[in-house]
Amino acid sequence: MTETVEEAVAPDLVAYPAPETPRGRYLADHEGLMGTLFLAPAVLYIVLLVGIPFFLAIAFSVTDVTVGNTSMDFVGLDNFRRVVTTPQFRRALLNTFFFAVVTQIIVIILANILALIMTRDFPGKWLARFAIILPWATPISLGTIGWLWILDSKFSPIDWVLQQIGLLGPDTLLGPGRHLLYLGREELAMGSVILVHVWRILPLATVILMAGLTSVPQDLLDQAEVDGASFSRIHFQVVLPLILPIMSIALLFGLIFTFSDMVVAFVLTRGGPVYYTQVLPLWAWFKGIDGGSLSEGAAIALFIFPVLLAVAILILRSARRSEVA
Amino acid sequence: MKELKSWPQRIMVYGLLLLFVFFAAAPFLIMLINTFKADQDLYRPQNNPFLYNFPPTLDNLRLLFEGTNYLVFVRNSMIIGVLVVLITLVIAIPAAYSLARLAGRWGERAGIMIFLVYLVPPTLLFIPLFRVVVAVGLNDTIWSLVLVYPSISIPFSTWLLMGFFKSIPRDLEEAAMVDGYSRMMAFFRVVMPLSWSGVIAVIVFTFTLTLHEFVYALTFISSSAQRTISVGVPIELVRGDVFFWQSLLAAAVIVAIPVGIVYNMFLDRLVAGFTMGAVKG
Amino acid sequence: MAFVELNGLRKEFGEVKAVNGVDLSIEEGEFIVILGPSGCGKTTLMRMIAGLEKPTGGNIVINNEDVTRLPPRAREIAMVFQSYALYPHMSIFDNISFPLRARKEPRQEIEEKVEWAAGILGIERLLERRPRQLSGGERQRVALARALVKEPAVMLLDEPLSNLDAKLRASARDELQRFQRSLGITTIFVTHDQIEAMGLGDRIAVMNAGKVRQIGTPQEIYDDPADTFVATFLGSPPMNLLDHQRYYVGFRPENFLPAQVLSNGAPVKTFPFRVGRIENLGSDRLLYGTIADEEEDRTVSKLPSTVEVSIEPGEAYEFVVRDDNLRYFDKGTGLRMPPQAT
Repeated sequence: MTETVEEAVAPDLVAYPAPETPRGRYLADHEGLMGTLFLAPAVLYIVLLVGIPFFLAIAFSVTDVTVGNTSMDFVGLDNFRRVVTTPQFRRALLNTFFFAVVTQIIVIILANILALIMTRDFPGKWLARFAIILPWATPISLGTIGWLWILDSKFSPIDWVLQQIGLLGPDTLLGPGRHLLYLGREELAMGSVILVHVWRILPLATVILMAGLTSVPQDLLDQAEVDGASFSRIHFQVVLPLILPIMSIALLFGLIFTFSDMVVAFVLTRGGPVYYTQVLPLWAWFKGIDGGSLSEGAAIALFIFPVLLAVAILILRSARRSEVA
Repeated sequence: MKELKSWPQRIMVYGLLLLFVFFAAAPFLIMLINTFKADQDLYRPQNNPFLYNFPPTLDNLRLLFEGTNYLVFVRNSMIIGVLVVLITLVIAIPAAYSLARLAGRWGERAGIMIFLVYLVPPTLLFIPLFRVVVAVGLNDTIWSLVLVYPSISIPFSTWLLMGFFKSIPRDLEEAAMVDGYSRMMAFFRVVMPLSWSGVIAVIVFTFTLTLHEFVYALTFISSSAQRTISVGVPIELVRGDVFFWQSLLAAAVIVAIPVGIVYNMFLDRLVAGFTMGAVKG
Repeated sequence: MAFVELNGLRKEFGEVKAVNGVDLSIEEGEFIVILGPSGCGKTTLMRMIAGLEKPTGGNIVINNEDVTRLPPRAREIAMVFQSYALYPHMSIFDNISFPLRARKEPRQEIEEKVEWAAGILGIERLLERRPRQLSGGERQRVALARALVKEPAVMLLDEPLSNLDAKLRASARDELQRFQRSLGITTIFVTHDQIEAMGLGDRIAVMNAGKVRQIGTPQEIYDDPADTFVATFLGSPPMNLLDHQRYYVGFRPENFLPAQVLSNGAPVKTFPFRVGRIENLGSDRLLYGTIADEEEDRTVSKLPSTVEVSIEPGEAYEFVVRDDNLRYFDKGTGLRMPPQAT
């Protein structure tokens, strides 16, 4: 129908050429130029300081470059072979995953509870929020120093409290020593690292979940109550599915921050006792900067990336899919 | 915001809340107390750590401010913070606008790419970047950090601001253009005033990033006078095997409290931008 | 040369031809309505005239100047958006004076012009408020004041009444018309609402699928539609179209009346009409029924309440249409045909 109407209604359609782009005084409207110009510095920064170093890292890992030696000779997969066969590496790899995953599990559960509480109104809420945010707001290294003291082998306040209530010391449940060596014993040290990670990440996850909770339409909650659902049913069957996308984002950020973090381990245990709390980022620093073997450090660090990428893509995809329109 | 209903419910909720608050804030309380604790008090394991068994003292603070480079660290961190915030704003705001408005379809995808760039951690790039920094001659200066920190803050800030800009109706910019402004001027007069929350979120996020960052600061800088708070405090305030604990903990608390207050004030805006970018970006 | 000329205007978004060759000439001071369903290209057309979209082909001439390459601020146009687009962070005064400030006019003049525009629209007392404190009708007037204050050559209105309450719309329409008549600004008004169009325009351009189907006065378009689209888009209920071999026979419901009502001797065509259901609207009765062997109750007759004829559902009656009220449309193209012998 359109063809014949065209002939009938507009028989002398002349092909006018497309208009040119604005010049001169209308440069500030030239959107193509503006778009590129505005974007260029950011792209430059990313390419130069993220993109190129990334490829350099790969290059380093397959050469014999060190801090002292500026020449780079190709050595193939030697570095990787050397690194992967050490027990420290395997422990570090395991720990990195273990700490990240366990932290996130604990955090998500706690954050859900805390977010539910914090979305209520109560007196002193500002103060409560301040207290809860503090671990996240504090620089990581400084917060960890606080825990370094609290978990100290001689002066730990926790030990003191446990002694006072009779759980620590000779002839007690947790005795006979007067001190639990939080950073000196393998399992306790690992637990301590996880503890500090949880302490630090919980505020972030809580805040994100709070935002998610407040975005649930009140209508739905009212409807569910009218339908006769109990609190836990409402929460698990109505609220949780709706905040799943946001929860995935919280999970993603938490995982990334824990997985790629070297500060907590550095300040708290330096990877000890022995290497029982070693993690990949810290090990990379030890080998690469502290030890001077840039190539081995790079090789170790590279193990972090694929996992990060895979996790990020997975979570972003599932967040998209689970989004309720 | 729902009100709490029954008394047993209230007790349970308040109780839980108290536990969480205690868990979060106890370390800071202890740090604060210890700041003023005398050596004789602190280093006796049988003393109550929560009370002053000896009179409190300002000696530890004096040591911190006069006997260490702490104030130098603070100065360095402030300078770096301000500069990095400026650089980030100047680069990220136009970039975000470009992606939100001017790039059409591939702007969406670019936004996600940018977000993914943010996920590349410093613990991966610090080794090659160390080499780059040495090559450029900025090794062991705060300028190395001023140069490198934006590479972390720009991707995230761009992504955050994209969300904000997209939420402003196109109508308003177009009306401004019809009213007689070029697109650039329309941006400054209409879009920017309405995006203050986003800009503040970027400022807060970027500044605290420079305060928190550890890996680059540890790697690029070795002289005490060039160090930042984040690295200077744990490294420098330990002389050999001796920990000057009170000063150490004081150093941490002095930074933590103001930053916490600022975060609390801007939290809502921070999260708004965050989630807007995440869910709609 | 007309005041505004659109020649061969085209806009393509990739594969999609949003505007597919539009020619339009608008006289100075004219109030022309561009009417069409959603997606017909009318908004895209308006945005091209404003300079917010770059045409893929064709050109636009305003007041003897080819403006096709010029950005919005270089054209002497003002636009009222469907959402009114009031700047939320500015007072009403600042909103209205915004275009004048863009032109860097002196403060005294700005104040005078804003007072003048606000006076015409009756919003002087709102000047210190913020947009969010205003009602829909008030916001619309502010948008108009802002458009007016530029003293533009052409005013573009993009469905400005669709966000108003139904009751408000009729009086707003009335005011808008008087407003335009007294000021004499060439106005292009875009809408999907045919009642609005019929009530407001000096001429109406009916658009569908990126093309203008017909241009004419409201009466011309209503009485002599150029094709089936125009015929069925205008009129409520739309024109009846009967399938008749190679063509459609069309007649409007108000011309389809019981035989005994139209008995003044003019030549008529008779149709046996079985009434299915009746809607009593107060001022009219709508009779839905079938003619001959139709399946559903598709044919409609509109009986004014002043006609006191008893009609029962389920009964068959003799209905007639005057010959000169019959319209014929080609089945293949949908275009109007000269009267056919049946």
